[in-house]
Amino acid sequence: MKTKMLLAGVTAGVMFAGSVLASTLDDVRARGKLNCIINTGLAGFAAPDDKGNWTGFDVDFCKAVAAATLGDASKVNYTTATGKTRFTKLAAGEGEILSRNTTWTFSRDVDLSQTFIGVNYYDGQGFMVPKSLGVKSAKGLDGASVCIQTGTTTELNLAEYFKGNNIKYNPVPIETNAEAQELYKAGRCDVYTTDASGLYATMMSFDNPSDHMVLPEIVSKEPLGPVVRHGDDQWADIVSWVLRAMMAAEEKGITSKNVKELAAKDNKDKEINRLLGKDPLQGLSKLGLSPDWAVNVISQVGNYQESFEKHLFPLTIKRGMNALYRDGGLHYIPPIK
Amino acid sequence: MTFFSNIWRNEKSREIIVQIIVLFFLGWFISWLVMNVNANFEALGKDISFEFLFIPAGYDINQYLIDYDSRDSHLRAGIVGLLNTGLVAFFGIILATVLGIALGIIRLSKNWLASKIAYWYVEFTRNVPILLHILLWHGIIINTLPHPRKAISLGDVTFLSNRGFYIPKPLAESGIELVYLFLVVAVIFSILFAKYCKKKQDLTGIQYPVFLINFSVICFLPLIAFFLSGMPVSLEIPALKGFNFRGGMHMSPELAALTFALGIYTAAFIAEIVRAGILAIDKGQREAAESIGLKPSKVMNLVILPQARRVIIPPLTSQYLNLTKNSSLAIAIGYMDLVATLGGISLNQTGREMETMLIVMLIYLSVSLSISALMNWYNSKVKLVGR
Repeated sequence: MKTKMLLAGVTAGVMFAGSVLASTLDDVRARGKLNCIINTGLAGFAAPDDKGNWTGFDVDFCKAVAAATLGDASKVNYTTATGKTRFTKLAAGEGEILSRNTTWTFSRDVDLSQTFIGVNYYDGQGFMVPKSLGVKSAKGLDGASVCIQTGTTTELNLAEYFKGNNIKYNPVPIETNAEAQELYKAGRCDVYTTDASGLYATMMSFDNPSDHMVLPEIVSKEPLGPVVRHGDDQWADIVSWVLRAMMAAEEKGITSKNVKELAAKDNKDKEINRLLGKDPLQGLSKLGLSPDWAVNVISQVGNYQESFEKHLFPLTIKRGMNALYRDGGLHYIPPIK
Repeated sequence: MTFFSNIWRNEKSREIIVQIIVLFFLGWFISWLVMNVNANFEALGKDISFEFLFIPAGYDINQYLIDYDSRDSHLRAGIVGLLNTGLVAFFGIILATVLGIALGIIRLSKNWLASKIAYWYVEFTRNVPILLHILLWHGIIINTLPHPRKAISLGDVTFLSNRGFYIPKPLAESGIELVYLFLVVAVIFSILFAKYCKKKQDLTGIQYPVFLINFSVICFLPLIAFFLSGMPVSLEIPALKGFNFRGGMHMSPELAALTFALGIYTAAFIAEIVRAGILAIDKGQREAAESIGLKPSKVMNLVILPQARRVIIPPLTSQYLNLTKNSSLAIAIGYMDLVATLGGISLNQTGREMETMLIVMLIYLSVSLSISALMNWYNSKVKLVGR
């Protein structure tokens, strides 16, 4: 009888622990640090600098959320994940945000019970080859050995593209970007394929980047963005509006240099006032954020343009699709009102 | 009170009570685990479902023993992976066994140099983790062998490159049936002849060179048929076309590296097992065999090894199991085994970690139990028969 009660008690405890989740924001505030899941190493997006600090476009986004919620961009714990482990790690609660070049697809959004909060980088899958191979188009890759980074949408795009064009190939699946680079450099593969941004990042890390080229074909749509767990709408809203605030700042010409100055005065453009906490932004208290949330983000991390130019311009990546709508790109920001 | 203490004092009933209690706690622990998983899945809004197995996998696999296409299901992709696991385990076990037995015997040889070489081989290989062996062999193959365009050619029919090894592929043409027929006849003859000779030896003590005769019959009879029917086999010779070789038979660098690494690593353990088995046989057995004038090779084959086998088989079984399970490290170099297909890409594409891992675990369990059952059967054949 006693054991039975013990059993029931344990079961109830487990169910309780499993089903009642405290608000993610409260967890982060109580801990005083944001846990962020990033790439194991991809130049420009998430890579350690010469002092061993994580830096990059995706890392900046973690910092921005920390600045908005904790007021300090440096209060982030980074956890790395491969393409294979990232969703499991997010689901298991090892981080509050997955900021790791993750492609937004239907099944990941719906079937895996995750929430994609927006797109911070529009990408597409491409092919990198050594110039010595003498190939000018992906259509000329018949019979080639192709190194693929597994755990991504890449395998499926590749299979579909090559099948559609009736091209035979020999796939060599590799777990991480670093290993894939080694195999490509050793000549195990003729071609390396992943998202074009990743190809540029990889190419720039080579001794002779000019010996390699990215083929003109982009074979897929890869809208990359941060991901949070399903079920905490407040947290999803916070993360998505941090992203939009960074983009809105670019649109309104607010930079890390002038943000303090703009926040201090009454601007003609009332949207700037609302974003920077001068005028009230209705509903902000529901997010649990202080009025200077966006000022913290922009002053400590910068706007979208600053982050992009700092980390991705060195890789010779152009704005292209990632320019604001106004400049012919795809980023169209909902109004801050 | 006295009733209970009597039950407790009785050895037999006490044993039963203890077993019931242990079983109860085991069941409780397992059901707790299952409920925990269920509760957590519920909290995450996930369910357990195996429907994903039947939707198209969508990815390609570079080595398949059964037909496979990216439109086939995840289940089929898993089976392709399982067969790839089986293939590398099969090659690995053969290599490990041959090398291991040879090394085990050499280690005991009276030749100082040979014995020392075997000793150092065993010590070096078994003290380095298997993953490093795999990475080392893979690195050697892809970094030292040339690009296909500069491949090392052996007589222009076999090629070695960092994309793997290409050998000519025999293609059967009409008339090959005669060769098959002669082969079957030769095998049947050999079996009957061996039985006859054994009987004869039991009755009269006369020995025939059974092995030599049977070997010649099995080799030459099909060869005669081959020439009689006008050589009905053509060779498909691999040729450089575009980026890679096409045609012929291909062994990928990953399969080669994995086979070498698993075989060479496990051989070190098998060598020790064989040595232990031989040393376990009483010295008197050898002396007795020598004293009746048997040649050293006969002493080994007829007296020592048959007895040593009893000692060797059980630990050998566990080495075979280890090798098969270690083959799951294939994922490190991108060999598409069961873990890389169903437990890797399928897991990723469908997000069904729990389901895929359960299936992969169950498959490894059943493969291991099958190998174990097979070896136990063999063990029961060779073990000392009580008389």
